[in-house]
Amino acid sequence: MKEKIIDIRDIKRHFQVGEELVQALRGVSFSVEEGEFLTIMGMSGSGKSTLLNLLGCLDTPTHGEYYLDGKPVAKMTKNERAIYRNRKIGFVFQSYNLLPKTTAIQNVELPLMYNHNYSAAQRKEKSKQALISVGLEDRMMHKSQQMSGGQQQRVAIARALVNDPVMILADEATGNLDSRTSYEILTLFQELHKEGRTIIFVTHNPEIADFSSRTIVLKDGRIVEDKVNSNVKDARRVLDSLPNEND
Amino acid sequence: MNLNNLISIALRALVNNKMRGFLTMLGIIIGVSSVIIMLAIGEGSKNTITNEISSMGSNMIMVQPKYNREGVSRGASSMESIKVKDYEDIARDTKYISGVSPYVASSGQLIFGSNNHPIRIEGVNQDYLEIRKYVLQDGSNFTETEIKSSAKVCIIGKEVVDKLFINDEDPIGRVIRYNNIPFRVIGVLKAKGASTFGQSQDDVMIAPYTTVQKRISAITHLQGIFVSSINEDYSEKAMSEIKEIMTLNHKIPEGKEADFYVESQKQILEQIDTITTLITLLLGSIAGISLLVGGIGIMNIMYVSVTERTKEIGLRMSVGARGKDILAQFLVEAIIISITGGLIGILFGSGVSFIIRLASGWAVTVSTFSVLLSFFVCTFTGVFFGWYPAKKAANLDPIEAIRYE
Ligand SMILES: Nc1ncnc2c1ncn2[C@@H]1O[C@H](COP(=O)(O)OP(=O)(O)O)[C@@H](O)[C@H]1O
Ligand SMILES: [Mg+2]
Repeated sequence: MKEKIIDIRDIKRHFQVGEELVQALRGVSFSVEEGEFLTIMGMSGSGKSTLLNLLGCLDTPTHGEYYLDGKPVAKMTKNERAIYRNRKIGFVFQSYNLLPKTTAIQNVELPLMYNHNYSAAQRKEKSKQALISVGLEDRMMHKSQQMSGGQQQRVAIARALVNDPVMILADEATGNLDSRTSYEILTLFQELHKEGRTIIFVTHNPEIADFSSRTIVLKDGRIVEDKVNSNVKDARRVLDSLPNEND
Repeated sequence: MNLNNLISIALRALVNNKMRGFLTMLGIIIGVSSVIIMLAIGEGSKNTITNEISSMGSNMIMVQPKYNREGVSRGASSMESIKVKDYEDIARDTKYISGVSPYVASSGQLIFGSNNHPIRIEGVNQDYLEIRKYVLQDGSNFTETEIKSSAKVCIIGKEVVDKLFINDEDPIGRVIRYNNIPFRVIGVLKAKGASTFGQSQDDVMIAPYTTVQKRISAITHLQGIFVSSINEDYSEKAMSEIKEIMTLNHKIPEGKEADFYVESQKQILEQIDTITTLITLLLGSIAGISLLVGGIGIMNIMYVSVTERTKEIGLRMSVGARGKDILAQFLVEAIIISITGGLIGILFGSGVSFIIRLASGWAVTVSTFSVLLSFFVCTFTGVFFGWYPAKKAANLDPIEAIRYE
């Protein structure tokens, strides 16, 4: 039996918008074991991003408990959560959230800037490797606004990988990519998964779920389906079968 | 987080926001330099005027006729109230004075060869040079005999020498003509330069008072008496001695207004000091307002960039920056901007003050006080308003900060 890396119980997240109370999550419970590749699906507005932000310790639930690595997150200090985000979690935002006017390499370096275990040279080397792994070796010195949406998304992914996280949380990480690049990214995630990392992948695209080991479907802030996928597709094989338009 | 990372984080952020940094710095530069310049001018004018007056003799006392309200009906008599006897009594009966000189003056035309020059001739005795802090460059002072005999001798200032002796001749022993009366030059004064008020102090011709009285003005009274007290501290005592003698001589009944007045350079100095302090105060308040405006500018720019920077803070926290990392970064940024701005402000303010000094000849001096005050106020404002929004943002959840509008 593997360790539960994530265990949430009856999580609710409400937003007060003027007079109205938006119930983005209405009591969500599940657990994720170390090394799982989980997709969270659901229509737009079903609460996927809200849930992922909570799992990434970027937000605090209105109600419910969250155990990360067996520790209650509510009892962690801000600093402990920051260190957790810095060392254990890689987060890919739906809207990328890159630093403006900053080069790709400097954006990717950012998590390591807050980790004194890395020297400047190691930091540069790691960031280069991460950018190469997302296929941006020729865009390192480009600034955020000089890149396309897809390229920015890949910089965001590289930034999430650079700190060798235990767990990668990705919000619509292939949302802005063409199908070929999507499969490249999926291949990358599957490789990371094989290395033993836990991956939670939010998407509204049902095809992508076929590449993960488990799928949770959200609707109106509740889980409506939670199923294990016994027949995981291999993204590399799909990628190889695609006509190679580049060469 | 180590220091290297902190500094490179702060520098990268500054480079990405050059305009904001520049504008903040500009606010600080303007604030600091205007305070320095204003206070330097204020202090400078004060020093210049004070020095000037001291150089005219801070122990000098003047006795002059007073044109009081009845002066019109009394006509000439009140202007002729000061007599030679007053001078003689002051010279004889006082303890606290080091020199007394009668004073009569008249205006006329000086001629030497084909050169002429309008001049005011001052009739005095041999104490006058000492009282007015004039120094002889060449020749000698009047002798007792020359004064007694109304000798036609004179001492002239540098400017008179330049105007009359254009061929660089030695003026000593030469005879110049004042309104056609020949005067032998027996002394030349060392140049003093212009006074604060722009008058030349070297455009002078001094002769024995007896000569001016008899041979030029045809009067027996004096137009004033110049006295010097032993030193500045005795100036008050000397003044009361003089007043006593004068009151007695002029038979002024108690409570009646006198037909003379006695004034010391020290009093004038004090009056001028009040005025210059006022000027400094005025310039100081202008400087204070500049400082305020500079400070508000700094606040403004820092505040306007809060939205943008709150997002940045959220983003940094989402990849693991702790609250204290954020604060350290913003503090370093603000310190770099504020201190650089402050130093540029000091250099600029001192530079401009120096130029004003060269241009005006005033003793414009940059005071340590103004440098410290303006530097600390501006850097404090800069650092505080750089740090405060960061402090607030660092307390938010990362996602809240990223979504901040
Ligand atoms: N910060 C917020 N303030 C108010 N409402 C929010 C906020 N974030 C999300 N919501 C609302 O919560 C619901 C779920 O949003 P979200 O989690 O972004 O959905 P998804 O990612 O599945 O599209 C939506 O109705 C959205 O409008
Ligand atoms: Mg979403």
